[in-house]
Amino acid sequence: MKTGSVRNNIVKIVLTGMLMIVAITTIMPFLWMISASLKVEADVFKFPIEWIPRKFNAVANYREVWMGRYNFVMFYWNTFKITVVATVFQVIFSAMAGYAFAKVQFKFKNIIFPALLAALMVPDQVILVPRFLLARWFGLYDTHAIIIILLSFSVYGMFLMRQYMVTIPEALSESAKIDGANHFRIFTLIILPMSKPIVATLAIIKFVWTWNDYQTPLVFLKSRSLYTIQLGIRQFASESGTFYSLVMAAAVCTIIPLIIIFLAGQKYILEGMAAGAVKG
Amino acid sequence: MDLSGKKSSSIEKNENIVGYVFLFPILINFIIFMAFPIIFSLILAFSHWEFMQGINLSAMKFTGMQNFVGIMKDNWFSSSMKNTLIFAVSTVPVGISIGLVLAVLINKYVFCQNFFKISLFLPYISSAVASAVVWSVVLHPSFGPVNEFLKSIGIQNPPKWFADLKWALPSVIAFSIWQQLGYIILVYMAGLKGVPADLYEAAEIDGAGEVRKFFVITLPMVSPTTFFLFIIQLIGSFKVFDVVSALTDGGPGTSTTVIAYYIYRAAFKYYEMGKASAAAWAMFIIIFAITLFQWNQQKKWVSYS
Repeated sequence: MKTGSVRNNIVKIVLTGMLMIVAITTIMPFLWMISASLKVEADVFKFPIEWIPRKFNAVANYREVWMGRYNFVMFYWNTFKITVVATVFQVIFSAMAGYAFAKVQFKFKNIIFPALLAALMVPDQVILVPRFLLARWFGLYDTHAIIIILLSFSVYGMFLMRQYMVTIPEALSESAKIDGANHFRIFTLIILPMSKPIVATLAIIKFVWTWNDYQTPLVFLKSRSLYTIQLGIRQFASESGTFYSLVMAAAVCTIIPLIIIFLAGQKYILEGMAAGAVKG
Repeated sequence: MDLSGKKSSSIEKNENIVGYVFLFPILINFIIFMAFPIIFSLILAFSHWEFMQGINLSAMKFTGMQNFVGIMKDNWFSSSMKNTLIFAVSTVPVGISIGLVLAVLINKYVFCQNFFKISLFLPYISSAVASAVVWSVVLHPSFGPVNEFLKSIGIQNPPKWFADLKWALPSVIAFSIWQQLGYIILVYMAGLKGVPADLYEAAEIDGAGEVRKFFVITLPMVSPTTFFLFIIQLIGSFKVFDVVSALTDGGPGTSTTVIAYYIYRAAFKYYEMGKASAAAWAMFIIIFAITLFQWNQQKKWVSYS
């Protein structure tokens, strides 16, 4: 028995070492990105790779990204605004709809719910062109408003909320009703506070997707002053293509905030996504 | 409280109003930005529309199947179709197999589980565009670190990766697997938690080794998870856009163009809205058919116990 467990531990150590190589290879591009972003341009492609730069040029590189021609401050602000507003709206709207489907007995409920779910099947590409035309008709093309409107609606969020709220015992709402509370009070004072974990999960996942969303701003925005960070980095990479240290500094600025959010909200993100998450 | 008669019908009415008030924001958004676009794009798919002179509905002409015939004759479309199929049938099985093996290892056979889970997950939450930018520099044909390394170990002419007609699509596939792997591992690890430990204990008593336990117990027990991932990943790979747009713009030539990119290009570069809509519906039908097929096949290999 004892020898068996020693042998098991040796196997475990060997496998850990092998997996370590896989894991480090996986994050290697990010490590290289960070290292390159700190270098002077001439050293970026030096081989063998200088992981810790001999000559630091970090301040100048990041200053150029943040305050140079490209104005990452503006890209950040645009992205931040869209992401926060769309996330808040989506959580509120999803919670409201989830509550209606979970706790309110209204007419045609059993037709509307599956109809909404069926919409999940339709790929974005099918509705992209008509959405673009609608935006033009409403005068919303090239505004942040259209992006926020489009991203505030998610069948997935509604479904997640509904599934969670259904499991909250009916007795709680019933006793509140007897005390004279109406649906709005029950929703805001009982059900919503009890749904905090799912609200946190949805909010964080939505934040990540909206921050990373590329297709929506690509189709609906034209003016550079409205660009989100995803369009910004694309533009930056194609126009400053040969200044690789700068491009890497810009990539760091795009990726790192999310990695920080991920590490902070790890538990919610991993659990939420494992619970059967799809992009939405 | 008297809940019978008139009173209860007024409660019922009240419930109706409350229900729709709560549903209002989602429902209005759904009707305008989902239901209407679906119908409209179906109409567009069967029409010709000169979009260049501004948006004018009277310039729309019904042309029957012409758009569908048009895309079938379009070389870009057939290349997109071929590439999408190659992309799907390589990323999905490879990603899922590697993901399962890694998930099993992380779950039981290694130390520092969390470190592995997190580091392998990082590509999944990182912006596809920024990651693509990093990859294209790391895989730069003439002085990227990967090719420098390959040259240093004696490979004279390393591939030009994203700039190489032959290597571009495999590189995009590799990027995509790298990106999705963390998610696959995560879902599998959740699935592995549901496998009862006594099954393994019973197998051990029968003298089964680790490999045998994997094939006899783990593989069938996680088959519902595999099925879920298969469907989700297959649908996702048919819709792939960000990756291609950010890495290669469909090039070089037509070597990495995919259906979603074809649709984008037709609609927003050439303003051929009818053609774009026809291609989008073709894509939807293919996705739908494959999902349906998968669904019907699941009895053969998925075990729900």
